[in-house]
Amino acid sequence: MAYSLKNELAKPERFVGGHRLCAGCGAGITCRAMMRALDPEDKAVICNATSCLEVSSFLYPYSAWTDSYIHTAFENASATASGVEAAYRVMKRRGKVDENYKFLIIGGDGGTYDIGLQSLSGAMERGHDLTYFCYDNEAYMNTGIQRSSSTPRFANATTTPSGTESTGKKQNKKNLTEIMVAHNIPYVAQTTFIGNFKDFHEKAHKAIYTEGPCFVNVMSPCPRGWQYPAEELATICKLAVDTCVWPLYEVVEGEYHLTYMPKKKLPVEEFMKMQGRFKHCFQPGNEWTIEEAQKWVDEKWETLLAKCK
Amino acid sequence: MSIRERLSGNEAVATAMKQIDPDVFAAFPITPSTEIPQYFAQYVADGKVGTEFVTVDSEHSSMSACIGAESAGCRAITATSSAGLAYMYEVLYVAASARQPVTLACVNRALTGPININCDHSDSMGARDAGWIQIYAENNQEAYDNYLQAMRIGEHPEVRLPVMICQDGFITSHGVENILLEETEAVKEFVGEYKPENYLLKKENPMAVGAYDVTQYYMEHKVQQAEAMKNAKQVILDVAADFEAKFGRKYGFFEEYQMEDAEYAIVLIGSTAGTCKVAIDKLRAEGHKVGLVKIRVFRPFPAEELAQALSKCKAVAVLDRSEGFNACGGPLGAETRNACYDLENRPKIINIVYGLGGRDCAVEDAEKIYHHLEKIVATGVTGPVYFHMGQRDLREEVL
Repeated sequence: MAYSLKNELAKPERFVGGHRLCAGCGAGITCRAMMRALDPEDKAVICNATSCLEVSSFLYPYSAWTDSYIHTAFENASATASGVEAAYRVMKRRGKVDENYKFLIIGGDGGTYDIGLQSLSGAMERGHDLTYFCYDNEAYMNTGIQRSSSTPRFANATTTPSGTESTGKKQNKKNLTEIMVAHNIPYVAQTTFIGNFKDFHEKAHKAIYTEGPCFVNVMSPCPRGWQYPAEELATICKLAVDTCVWPLYEVVEGEYHLTYMPKKKLPVEEFMKMQGRFKHCFQPGNEWTIEEAQKWVDEKWETLLAKCK
Repeated sequence: MSIRERLSGNEAVATAMKQIDPDVFAAFPITPSTEIPQYFAQYVADGKVGTEFVTVDSEHSSMSACIGAESAGCRAITATSSAGLAYMYEVLYVAASARQPVTLACVNRALTGPININCDHSDSMGARDAGWIQIYAENNQEAYDNYLQAMRIGEHPEVRLPVMICQDGFITSHGVENILLEETEAVKEFVGEYKPENYLLKKENPMAVGAYDVTQYYMEHKVQQAEAMKNAKQVILDVAADFEAKFGRKYGFFEEYQMEDAEYAIVLIGSTAGTCKVAIDKLRAEGHKVGLVKIRVFRPFPAEELAQALSKCKAVAVLDRSEGFNACGGPLGAETRNACYDLENRPKIINIVYGLGGRDCAVEDAEKIYHHLEKIVATGVTGPVYFHMGQRDLREEVL
């Protein structure tokens, strides 16, 4: 059946209202879309790294999750989920569980790119049947917008502030999606919130229903950290894609496929100028930062296009 | 019928694991516990167990996977030592607060700083306040027997706490001794099935684990944990009584050796008990009223029972195989002094730190301690109440 957002939204919500996430936060949108990608007859266990999402969606005694859910710590969501998935396999074998369960891990970029990278790598290498969703908002938002290895160069974060001697973060963003591809896992994808969510939905569904470890990296903007008006979330995501800052693609069994080609590739400053975290880049004398940012995006885009051929 | 065997402590514990056939084993190697997952991997390879054997990337991940697996609704185990246990530190607390009865075989080894692979208790003593039940063994037989009792204690509905089964690195873990093993069927019958009330994969009722617990609730959950640890005392005794009825070997919170009329006692944990017993036999033959209390259960700490056991002693030496770095003694010393404070006639108590990083403790050392206790009582002068024993430079020695 062809994808229809209307039909998808008619499904019962599995990530429900009442959570404490900010207005205009990408994490909640990621969760709703991720849960919609589950076939209704399948059960799921969600494994969450410590994050804004965790402290906002499971405050004792309330949970926004209608499925089983586990959080243990910051750096170990993949290891915890490995245990759950191993338990499922043995319990199924020993006749203690009949139903089909899917195992979804969700963590922010701090819990995925940085402190959780080791346990993520381990779980991917071991080949557990689970899907990791990273809601990438490019900094440690839960603790107050500190830089992560996912924070792009020149972004203002509380541990990489701009100042008279600084133009924000010095290093470029780590390419975690490529690191996941290097694990030779069956499915890796990058997506974000575009149009009718078809791109997100299809990738999430493919990831969840591909046997083995899969990884979906979701650009999930944060209005507090990126400093944009909450209602501009969709515009920001569209610009991230049309400037090629965040290309949409998937890697199926090692084969690259671009899933969105911008009609017209926009300059990266179109993406940057909407966000307060890059404000200093537009001050006189800092023009070079935008040039550098453009150069890096262009290089990465060309490399990706070459792989997609 | 029990089976006579000769096994190392590691193989004894691995054998107990094989007989129990748990659901998930999350494994990461570290000396001297490495043999346990190695033996177990062979059991998996030979189809002797139906366990999911998950070879994780670190001890932090092994404990995390165990918490995940237990929460999912099954029995999960692991084994570690030293730095491995220290690396788990954060998630040890998570296992206990999530009330997931993971079983951990701890083969005691000195903590790094500087690196050393030999026995002391600094690893598990560092985790003593993490909310885990801790049971220690003198030898391979006790390590095996304690392991068989662990799950019934931890999984008891009034307890629901993780359990650490400890043995001395190399001394016990690699020392091959005679052992009585029990029939696998009898072991399975004794340990029983794990039937948690709620779990992640329960179809009728999804479960959420690991909430953000705000100020309005956190304290109640901690008090419940504290109550569970108190409840564990009776459960430990009940399980030990069942174990004795089934297999004939008796266990309690601690073992008393020649304590009935003892005036001078040593309190310690682990394999040094064997050394101490030899010294006691020798000194008793010479007419000295000496005895030993070997602590088996350190968490929960049997304070009242220990105080009672020491109530008729004139002087007690508490031996700690780990430094407290608090400038006044080791952890067992502090617990024992605390336990004895309310006694009407308190014995004199000294605390001796010994055996760090595998430093040997001989029969003569135990004899020296007893003679020192006798001197304290004879002269009425206690002298230093906290010192170290068995150093290279004997000028530093009190004994």
